[in-house]
Amino acid sequence: MLQANCPNCGGQISFRWSSAVQTTCPFCRSILVRHDVDLRRVGVVSDLPPSTSAVQLGTEGRYKGTPFVVVGRIIYEYDRGTWNEWHIRLGDDSAWLSDALAEYAVSRRLDTPTNVPAAAKLRVGQQFTFGGAPFTLARVTTASYRGVEGELPFEYWDKSKVTFADLDSKDGRFATLDYSDPEPLLFVGEYQEFDQLQFSNLREIEGW
Amino acid sequence: MVAPRVKGLNCPRCGAAIELRSGELAQTVACPSCAAILDAKDPNLRVLQEFTGKMRYQPRIPLGTRGTLKGDQYEVIGFQVRGIRVDDVDYHWSEYLLWNPYKGFRYLTEYDGHWNDVVVVKNTPEEKEGGRQPTVGYLGETFKHFQTATAKTQFVLGEFPWEIRLGDTAETRDFVSPPHMLSEERTADERTWSLGTYVTPQYIWQAFKLPGTPPAPRGVYADQPDANAAGAGSLGKIFRLFAAIIVALFVVRQITARRDLVLRQVYSVASHNPDSTAFVTPVFTLAGRTSNVRLTLETDLENNWAYFSLALINEQTGTAYDMGREVSYYHGYDDGAWSEGSRTDRATIPTVPSGHYYLRVQPELGSDAERPMNFLLTVQRDMPGVAFFVLALGVLAVPPLFATFRHHAFEQMRWRESDYAPLSSDDE
Repeated sequence: MLQANCPNCGGQISFRWSSAVQTTCPFCRSILVRHDVDLRRVGVVSDLPPSTSAVQLGTEGRYKGTPFVVVGRIIYEYDRGTWNEWHIRLGDDSAWLSDALAEYAVSRRLDTPTNVPAAAKLRVGQQFTFGGAPFTLARVTTASYRGVEGELPFEYWDKSKVTFADLDSKDGRFATLDYSDPEPLLFVGEYQEFDQLQFSNLREIEGW
Repeated sequence: MVAPRVKGLNCPRCGAAIELRSGELAQTVACPSCAAILDAKDPNLRVLQEFTGKMRYQPRIPLGTRGTLKGDQYEVIGFQVRGIRVDDVDYHWSEYLLWNPYKGFRYLTEYDGHWNDVVVVKNTPEEKEGGRQPTVGYLGETFKHFQTATAKTQFVLGEFPWEIRLGDTAETRDFVSPPHMLSEERTADERTWSLGTYVTPQYIWQAFKLPGTPPAPRGVYADQPDANAAGAGSLGKIFRLFAAIIVALFVVRQITARRDLVLRQVYSVASHNPDSTAFVTPVFTLAGRTSNVRLTLETDLENNWAYFSLALINEQTGTAYDMGREVSYYHGYDDGAWSEGSRTDRATIPTVPSGHYYLRVQPELGSDAERPMNFLLTVQRDMPGVAFFVLALGVLAVPPLFATFRHHAFEQMRWRESDYAPLSSDDE
């Protein structure tokens, strides 16, 4: 496990995923960006909203037989509360486990096709083909960035409003277009039932 | 970190205690006492909307009740009543929002005692090009369109993880494939599909350990399975099995029947005096196992009738089978040719043991006729019949036909509430 010290408080930082570009210090909540082995402090995590997710950093599970561990997360807030994009180390790859009100999905980033419209031109019902499969635009959500925690595959902190386009398929797959950068990011994955993911080390929720 | 289970607050409008059961998830909460809709994200529970409606509803499953559905615990956290208006008639139903922090949300709907266990589906159902009645396909199942309506929120209690207001509307389309129902809800910026499964009220009462007995469902619900359909199906199977047996017996009978021609004689009767016309036939042999005997009288009657007293008598034992047969035939011409009756008569004696027999025949002519009546008397042994088999098939078909009729009536009741209701006399 890759280890380093926080440039702000000196606390020891252990990386669960050796390719992480960004992490947060669990002691002083500094946001740290990695350059080789050096960590640079770029900001500080504001108070995170109370977690509503059963998942936490260190939660393990399986996606289609491949084990994963939760290494980081981005928290967004939208009109139905907060949702989490948990960054997972899936085998040796970087992937995402999203948890929106206990609806789970696992996705991976794909190259964005050039024909993806600008955020303002998104309309529910539009059809797209990603990776040879058809998708239908189901909803457009404008979310507020609420914070980050743990290890991420890119620098991500200092955000405000982000537009997301959620696309559904007929076979349980979904796609998300993330307009947080001028060039939208495409994530394609599959919805998963709680039981399919074979979770362990979940957060304990009192009374349940 | 352990999350607090319940957050206790008070309604800013009426002061009633309010519990937040889903913790941080709740966006809106409706006061259980005054039904005002409050901002759950606001520490003071700011009033978003007051309840001014006339009708208040009591959830049949109290808020906070936990039950087990499909092996998982769920807690009732929200309740709403929504309604649609069809042909100036209001229909409303209840929706229960259930929550499990690991498994997520689930819904129960109740209309007139009919319950559905509902989950949001992630696969978009496939719309099929249809004629009069559109269909959608979902996971290999085909659903028929039932109804399109605008659902309006009329009453809310408890908490919801989204913004909810009285008067909210959504365009709904329901498709059915009993016991399943696919429902689409469309608002300006969202389209959601959910899959309901019809469950019995007893199932709900057991799952939530509710006291007493559930109200009996009224009528037939859109996705209610016909409990007798399976019975009708097995009745159909039994019918086909027995029908095959009967047909096989019929074929065997047709092949193995003796069809012996044991007597064929022409006689003539000149007088209508019964005393002088009696005669006996020569003795004939009825062979084989006990079986039927068919007597055929073919006459040349002309606008007259004849009565035959017949006795089939066993030469050895004297056992007699008596019968009387009337033959009459009239015809003429007024405004066209007409005729009445028949010159021929046929009778069957069902079970006659083998042996040597003769017939005693006493014909009686109806009126003084110029010419004598000639008739051909034929006796046949072991003739295969059709009537028994037709009757057996008919009797056998009664239960499956009844079941089919009942199933048809059930389906009619189902579709009467849909956009495809057959026109009835009370429609204008």
